[in-house]
Amino acid sequence: MDNEEENTQTDDKKERKLVIPGETIVSAQDHLPGDFTRNDNGEIVATRYGLAETNGRIVKVIPISGVFEPRRGNTVIGRVMDINFSGWNIDIGGPYTAFLPLMECPRFIDRDNLAEFAKLGDVLSLKTYGIKKGSIDLTLKSRGLGRLDGGRLIQINPHKVPRVIGKEGSMISLIKNSTNTEITVGQNGYVWIKGDDAGEGKAEAAIKLIEQESASEGLTEKVEKFLGNKMKKINLEETQESTE
Amino acid sequence: MTYTKRTDGRKFDELRPIRAEVGIIPNADGSALFAHGDTLAIAAVYGPKPLHPQHLQKPDRGIIRANYNMLPFSVTERARPGPSRRSKEISMITENALSSIVDLTRFPGTVIDVEIMILQANASTRCAGINAAAMALAHAGVVMKEMVASVSIGKIDDKICTDITKEEEDHHEGEGATDIPFTLTSRGNMVSHLQLDGKIPAKRLIEAYEAAVAACKKINKYQERALKGEKINENE
Repeated sequence: MDNEEENTQTDDKKERKLVIPGETIVSAQDHLPGDFTRNDNGEIVATRYGLAETNGRIVKVIPISGVFEPRRGNTVIGRVMDINFSGWNIDIGGPYTAFLPLMECPRFIDRDNLAEFAKLGDVLSLKTYGIKKGSIDLTLKSRGLGRLDGGRLIQINPHKVPRVIGKEGSMISLIKNSTNTEITVGQNGYVWIKGDDAGEGKAEAAIKLIEQESASEGLTEKVEKFLGNKMKKINLEETQESTE
Repeated sequence: MTYTKRTDGRKFDELRPIRAEVGIIPNADGSALFAHGDTLAIAAVYGPKPLHPQHLQKPDRGIIRANYNMLPFSVTERARPGPSRRSKEISMITENALSSIVDLTRFPGTVIDVEIMILQANASTRCAGINAAAMALAHAGVVMKEMVASVSIGKIDDKICTDITKEEEDHHEGEGATDIPFTLTSRGNMVSHLQLDGKIPAKRLIEAYEAAVAACKKINKYQERALKGEKINENE
């Protein structure tokens, strides 16, 4: 039942235990409380649902669910919610809406017509650069950022993003190559996919599969198998498409 | 006639069969189901997310907005849909019961929406609702000091009964029925919510509290197991 215990997000295989808020992890005698834990009368207690991990003397809980909490320098995908005279309000998920000032756009934009560059509902890939209490500032001044035209936007659990990307992008390039699509994954769990209809659908299904099975072993093989099977079926229908 | 045997044959300190499960609503940030016998509640948590209108925002903390809703088909006589005096009261006490364990200072100016729906009712719906809501909050990755569990203790005639049913609530012989819903925190057994409908001497109230502590401990165990991936459907 507790296959989450085998979860290994990085290469190091540390023992991780699924805990709930209020659950005692260890005695505080020779441990110190880290992220999402507290010391309650000599016991280290989790304050969030997630995987408890001991690193030296520090005990912390790695969250597995919850909304996106932006940090400086995150690459995110957002949707234009509102336009005002000095920039765009962008929904990037999470507790607060973010703001993209006109000044943070790398090319010339007519001040009187911001919608020319990005109108309501447009999807952008952005970077967070300023996080203050209750306000997030975004920028487009970096490589690979800008408006994303066409395609589809899906949302996944932001804590599963590292799994979707894989080690040095291995998982995401596997999906891209075998479905012949362009994919951009935001740290906020928004994923933008562009390709032909069949490819987009398949890539979306593959990403949903990774999200669901993120804790299981041999994830890459599963995804390969899934993509392989799907590819064959589609090839029968559309004979000319080549996979590799 | 005194109340010597419970109408459904349970022991006086025995809970009804429990069902518990998390992750039942895919579009919510966190969700859970909790049932005491025929009383079945589901809860969904959305957020923390931006709060509008702006005048409801608190500059130093977020807020919890609970919405308890009894569905029309949940009772024998069709319940009129929409908010009622009763459902507003229960929404408020749920908010209060949960606010004391949730860390709201992390995201000022935001809201955590808790939607509770009663699919089937046979007394103690607010307790099932709070139990489901606490699990859904944990499942949604909300930072919480500890969990809460809720149970309704009754004094039926002169007997203290755990997790009472509608039939017991309507018991009129002898001293009649008193219904006391308790919500207790999982570590300290602190009372985060208590209501009292009826009459009870102070001494017996302590007895009722002790029964609640024992019952909440069991409920906590069910909540914990459900959050760790089990689908619970069992007798005590």
